[in-house]
Amino acid sequence: MEFDPVILSRIQFGFVISFHIIFPAFTIGLAAWLATIEGMRLFTGNPIYRRIFDFWLKVFAVSFGMGVVTGIVMAFQFGTNWGVLAERTGSIQGPLLGYEAFTAFMLEASFFGVMLLGRDRVSPGFYLFACCMVSFGTMLSSFWILANNSWMQVPLGHEIVDGKIIPADWREIVLGPVMMVRWPHMLLAAFLTTAMCISATGAWYMLRRVHYAEAQVMLHWGLGLAAVLIPVQLFFGHLTGLYVLKHQPAKFAAIEARWQTEQPAAEVLLAWPDAARQDNRFALEIPKLGSFIASGNWSAKEIGLEAFPAEDRPPVLIPFFGFRVMVGMGLIMLAVSWLGNLLRHFGRLESTRWFLWGTFLSFPAGFVAILAGWYTAEVGRQPWVVYGLLRTADAVTPSLTTSDVMISLLAYALVYAAFVSFGIWYIYKLLREGPAGPALAIPGATASRPLAYADDAASATGAAERG
Amino acid sequence: MEPSTLALFWAGGIAVSILVYVLLDGFDLGVGILFGTTRDEAKRARMMASIAPFWDGNETWLVVIGASLFAAFPAVYVVFLGAFYLPVLVMLLGLILRGVAFEFRYRAERSRGLWDRGFFVGSLLATFVQGAAIGAMMRGIPVENGQFAGTSLDWLHPFPVLTGVGLVLGYALLGASWLVLKTDGTLRDWAYARIPYLLAGVVIVLGLAFATAVTVDLTGDLQRGGHQIAGWALIFPLVAAAALLGVGVAARARLDRLPFALTAVSFIAAFATLATMMWPYMIPYALTIADAAAPEASLRFFFYAGIVVLPVIAAYTIGVYWVFRGKVGRG
Repeated sequence: MEFDPVILSRIQFGFVISFHIIFPAFTIGLAAWLATIEGMRLFTGNPIYRRIFDFWLKVFAVSFGMGVVTGIVMAFQFGTNWGVLAERTGSIQGPLLGYEAFTAFMLEASFFGVMLLGRDRVSPGFYLFACCMVSFGTMLSSFWILANNSWMQVPLGHEIVDGKIIPADWREIVLGPVMMVRWPHMLLAAFLTTAMCISATGAWYMLRRVHYAEAQVMLHWGLGLAAVLIPVQLFFGHLTGLYVLKHQPAKFAAIEARWQTEQPAAEVLLAWPDAARQDNRFALEIPKLGSFIASGNWSAKEIGLEAFPAEDRPPVLIPFFGFRVMVGMGLIMLAVSWLGNLLRHFGRLESTRWFLWGTFLSFPAGFVAILAGWYTAEVGRQPWVVYGLLRTADAVTPSLTTSDVMISLLAYALVYAAFVSFGIWYIYKLLREGPAGPALAIPGATASRPLAYADDAASATGAAERG
Repeated sequence: MEPSTLALFWAGGIAVSILVYVLLDGFDLGVGILFGTTRDEAKRARMMASIAPFWDGNETWLVVIGASLFAAFPAVYVVFLGAFYLPVLVMLLGLILRGVAFEFRYRAERSRGLWDRGFFVGSLLATFVQGAAIGAMMRGIPVENGQFAGTSLDWLHPFPVLTGVGLVLGYALLGASWLVLKTDGTLRDWAYARIPYLLAGVVIVLGLAFATAVTVDLTGDLQRGGHQIAGWALIFPLVAAAALLGVGVAARARLDRLPFALTAVSFIAAFATLATMMWPYMIPYALTIADAAAPEASLRFFFYAGIVVLPVIAAYTIGVYWVFRGKVGRG
């Protein structure tokens, strides 16, 4: 691979957004989970929900802070490295991403503060309302990101004037049919990610024989939510596949590693796609299944990558494996959540240690699925940055040199490695400590300083270590 | 070409956001810079306490600026970030560094020295590149086909370096007046003692920058900007100078509230001076407000976000400062 500003900028964008997305994805799910638990507390009056709420609120605060800090960098990436993209499509992408930033700030400046600091200052009903608004706000934030990305995948509602791509119909841009499939797909992914983390935390305490009551609630809720959500997610995943087939046939062929047009088409389950030979090595295939998956009948003709001019073909390796890793993680979540509920039905969930280990170890399943799914979507869109309108190779800031981007990439890699590992370390410490007393007020902490809650984790853990 | 009403609304909104950012993050970056000039842990802890409730919210305005520029003036967003690729990188990493250092130094015992240095260096670097960017903007930015047409080190010239140093001293002055306003006892005395030196530093660096501008770094762009400071517009630099003088007087008289207010006035007047020099350009001297504005459909669509969110953020900002008003306790 030749290193030039384009490939380095792509790596840099992929790097900073990968580190960013794990935090918002986690917080979207956590916000919904917190609202649910607070609702349960209000409804049942059971104090255990309060302990669970206070515990996850701290985790939420730190993740939210990490998301905000890594998000600041994202706000500048489009201009620093993708100058031509930002100039040509800025009048569409700018307002969409602007709405996202403003939504996040609205949230931070209002109900997030009530949620963190207002427990004793507002009525219980209003507190629950604030929790619901925070959850709604995180979803709204993801709405704008998905609206923007869906427009890049399947541009709609624009016109081209003097080489600039400008908005013609905002309704079509924001609420296009592709968006209406991809946004729920992302939301469900975030909910599942959090559900798995909550189940895994419960399983962890169960295995360590601590916080039994809280662990049981976490396990039951987490596995229950995941069991219900996963079939819905598989359905939306299927709809996402259909939009790809309809609007981005080359991406679909790459995901399927289908080099030649086939009739009927086989489904490649696993293989090593070899771009040089335009063929698959070690392919494990099921005949005719490919036609059935794509077209619903066993004999349809399915086009392969050969049908596209060489310069319009996406790479195969990452979409092919990305998709399979995502689906694999989905199946793991399906297996864990359904088996868990089965065990629970027979009253053996808490005593089946091998299953608890399995649940604990599957905590990253949702994160891996999200990253793999995004890699599939973004790499599969290549060689376009805005599908059919602007090529990635033409989108980079023209003044950048290879060494400029090399410097920034190394700097981000270094700082992110340190910063994000500290953040994850603090979240880990909070989780290891588990639910204790009520969350303590932190002097000088406001809603715009959620990372201060990392401090709480540290002192709590420090005390435990001394004790 | 005349800018539309919506374009002027957004240009005004962004200008106000920049000014608010400079004043607010200015004092906490300044405290961060002063933080590095003492080794006394008690002073350091109280410096941190004086900015703890505010600094993160202050940085919010930076993202408001970035998001609004991309939405309303994508051409400016692109050219600015292209021209200042490395300074922006340094600023973002500096801000992350100081943010992390701020939160993690409390718990650290062995690694506290490291976080302390990180807080100081992060503040210093972020401030310096902001100042250098102002200087480089005044020298003019080459633009071709709507993109920055230069290299990533074009900004590095004597004049921008001097404006960078000037802003470091300026923010430190703002920080020292903030400490005078928010603290008492030894730390307030310490801050009072530094105000005259920082004032002298600001004046000397501004003088040097002026001398550099008319000698080694002379460009037509700088001259053109200079000519715009004529007639009634002369009031701005005069107000800035008078306010700086007032800071010195107020510090001698030990009137706790005045130095910060007067330093802020001098920053506002300096900002107005710069705006006059650049008008009607957003990227001197290549893109005007009208050139750079997004189509009306985009400005209108984003207008709804602006009229709802900006007042909320402003109200929240005021609310936080109100809640944490008065001197910081010694506890």
